[in-house]
Amino acid sequence: MPTRLSSPEQLESLRKDILSRRDSKRPIITVCAGTGCQTYGAGDVYQDIVQEVKKQGLETKLEVKATGCHGFCEKGVVVVILPEEICYVKVTAADVPELVGAAAKKILVERLLYVDPTTGQRIAREPDIPFYRNQTRIVFGHNKRIDPKNIEDYIALGGYAALGKALSQMSPEQVLAEVKKADLRGRGGGGFPAGKKWEETRNAPGDIKYVIVNCDEGDPGAYMDRSLTEGNPHAVLEGLLIGAYAIGAREGFIYVRQEYPLACENLNVAIKQAQEYGFLGDNILGSGFGFTVKVHRGAGAFVSGESSALMSAIEGKVGEPRMKYVHTAVSGIKDRPSNLNNVETWATVPLIIDKGADWFRSIGTAGSKGTKIFSLVGKVNNTGLVEIPMGMTLREIIYGIGGGIIKGKRFKGVQTGGPSGGILPEQCLDAPVDFDELAKLGSMMGSGGMVVMDEETCMVDVARYFVNFLCEESCGKCIPCREGLRVLRQILTDICEGRGKPEDIGVIREIAEVMADASLCALGTTAANPVLTTLRYFGNEYEAHIKDKRCPARSCKSLTSYYIDPQKCSACLICRRNCPTGAVNGDKGIVHWIDQEKCSKCGVCFEVCPDRFSAVVRISGEPVPPPPAPGTKVVRKHEG
Amino acid sequence: MAGVAALVSKVVGNYRNDKNMLIQILLDLQGGLGWLPQEALAEVSRQLRVPVTRVYQVASYYKAFSFAPKGRHSVTVCLGTACQVRGAPRLLDRTQDMLKLAPGETSPDMRFSLSTVNCLGCCALGPVMVVDGKYHSNPSTSELQHIVESAQ
Repeated sequence: MPTRLSSPEQLESLRKDILSRRDSKRPIITVCAGTGCQTYGAGDVYQDIVQEVKKQGLETKLEVKATGCHGFCEKGVVVVILPEEICYVKVTAADVPELVGAAAKKILVERLLYVDPTTGQRIAREPDIPFYRNQTRIVFGHNKRIDPKNIEDYIALGGYAALGKALSQMSPEQVLAEVKKADLRGRGGGGFPAGKKWEETRNAPGDIKYVIVNCDEGDPGAYMDRSLTEGNPHAVLEGLLIGAYAIGAREGFIYVRQEYPLACENLNVAIKQAQEYGFLGDNILGSGFGFTVKVHRGAGAFVSGESSALMSAIEGKVGEPRMKYVHTAVSGIKDRPSNLNNVETWATVPLIIDKGADWFRSIGTAGSKGTKIFSLVGKVNNTGLVEIPMGMTLREIIYGIGGGIIKGKRFKGVQTGGPSGGILPEQCLDAPVDFDELAKLGSMMGSGGMVVMDEETCMVDVARYFVNFLCEESCGKCIPCREGLRVLRQILTDICEGRGKPEDIGVIREIAEVMADASLCALGTTAANPVLTTLRYFGNEYEAHIKDKRCPARSCKSLTSYYIDPQKCSACLICRRNCPTGAVNGDKGIVHWIDQEKCSKCGVCFEVCPDRFSAVVRISGEPVPPPPAPGTKVVRKHEG
Repeated sequence: MAGVAALVSKVVGNYRNDKNMLIQILLDLQGGLGWLPQEALAEVSRQLRVPVTRVYQVASYYKAFSFAPKGRHSVTVCLGTACQVRGAPRLLDRTQDMLKLAPGETSPDMRFSLSTVNCLGCCALGPVMVVDGKYHSNPSTSELQHIVESAQ
């Protein structure tokens, strides 16, 4: 049991002590234990490495550590050997003995290194991989060096020093002034200046105030907060503590999605350790300031991420939003002043206090300072979490870091801002990414989801997808949102299924306008954004669906058909075996054909037909050619 | 159902009878029992001194709670945006065909419950499904068969 630290000086000597106990030259094998890598078996790989180190008698030579998410989830399981930062990708249990042996001898396992797809060269060090090289990892960077269940790892990297500095050298007013000066804007979606919000809570009447971490990351396609909370929970706690000191709160809450069990677990471990070391409880670091924090699990409601709804949920009530003519900053949990910020915002605070507002302001654009973490996913080669300075262009992110579109297909759009955001087309690729620029284009920053779509994604269907999502998540309290979404969903479904009418577009616009004006909370006021941006940038797709009953992406089931090109079919039987409805006819040596009556348009035949034949054709808006005469034999190109 | 009353006492006690902890209490009961039987909800109302209407209001609002027993194995297909554009609807179709269940249903022999979720937060691996807490990235038809068969 460690003794509680009672001054910043004691913290500093503990840090030195931890470092002196560690041999900086001894290699550390770190295994990424984020959720992505765990899916690929990181848990087993870690255990196997620990066993193998024992088996080879290398315990004194090698250290093994399970760390937070590295972000390059596409290539899991990721193993990095420190201090050289040698990076191995797609590691499996079978690779472990060779990997451990090589690490002890300080040689490389060539075959496990990352191969640059453009040059074909193997890259040994993690920072040299293009995916990482083009990022600026100031908030997310510590993840890969820290065992999230070990507070000493965080302290060794200078953790809690910013808290010590704030408590011993700065008054609450000075901390507040520094955050205001840094121009830190909320990373949860709205981009509201954090310092201004803090000040409002600080100045609100009442002795009891609360601070809250919003980790109810509900936007589909986004998982930055998950990885930060799981991988570096102490950074979130430290930011929260600094904010509480500036605001004058002695109690805090962390609201975590129930779908994130590992985040809850790591937070609870971190809170316990922070209490033991004296960063939570009474008289923190001898300053007289005291603070406690509780973790609340959400129970599955997207709208509970809205600030007033989240505060109701913390009170154990139904998480519905309320009108905010009185801000939650003044009257939130139990009608007391409550300041809520998102995970990434809190985790940025210690950096601002430690390095100063001027340093923070030197990164980013005129209106958006610092960096932002994005979840770069969808049809892009390098999927994962990327942290970039504000102002980088979409093209630099998608092509420079993401490595372009999967299978060299054509880029169609990128969805930012989650269900309240929009979809931006190719002509917007050179736009700089910051709060104001994205809003100008009709989308928004949101919490940081960035879903890339290619030529095979139907934009009308994507709009329908988001409207359907919000329709199910709308709490139903106000009519514009509840009924507007229901009608929008019906219209968009009709368009996707070939029942669209020319007047639908006008009705969509009218509903969108009413919802934006009259809905109670941001869920409703922004709900039509995905529809409006797709209408603005991909209006021709709507037209094709409505007028020609054609889906240009050949994705909407009701408007597409499949047939087999008799000239290309080599009667291999693969599609016939895989067809779930028995719609494929033909036999060995006999050309196959699809019975359109039986076909459920699941597309399995299209997927399983070997690339060298590519005989299955997907069409939309044109008639299906008649099947070949019964018993037509395969034309063998190389025979006769 | 004496066991239910005892479990409720234990869970409510863990939260020191704090009414603000109603959601957390229900989450623990849902986890322990696999669903929220009427007896449990009545017992929570009695022990926590919260009107039974409010207990039901909360329990029916959030998606994590179920008023019917769930199958022994839970199968969840993610329909988040990233999974959606990478073929989640087709994965869901295949899963439905294999289990002969629609989302939200439980098989009559109580072996499987199928559900969908709006995002599991492992978007890089999409389309993703979770079977009994284990994540699977884009399983092929034969892998899916294997996953289903090994869950008895």
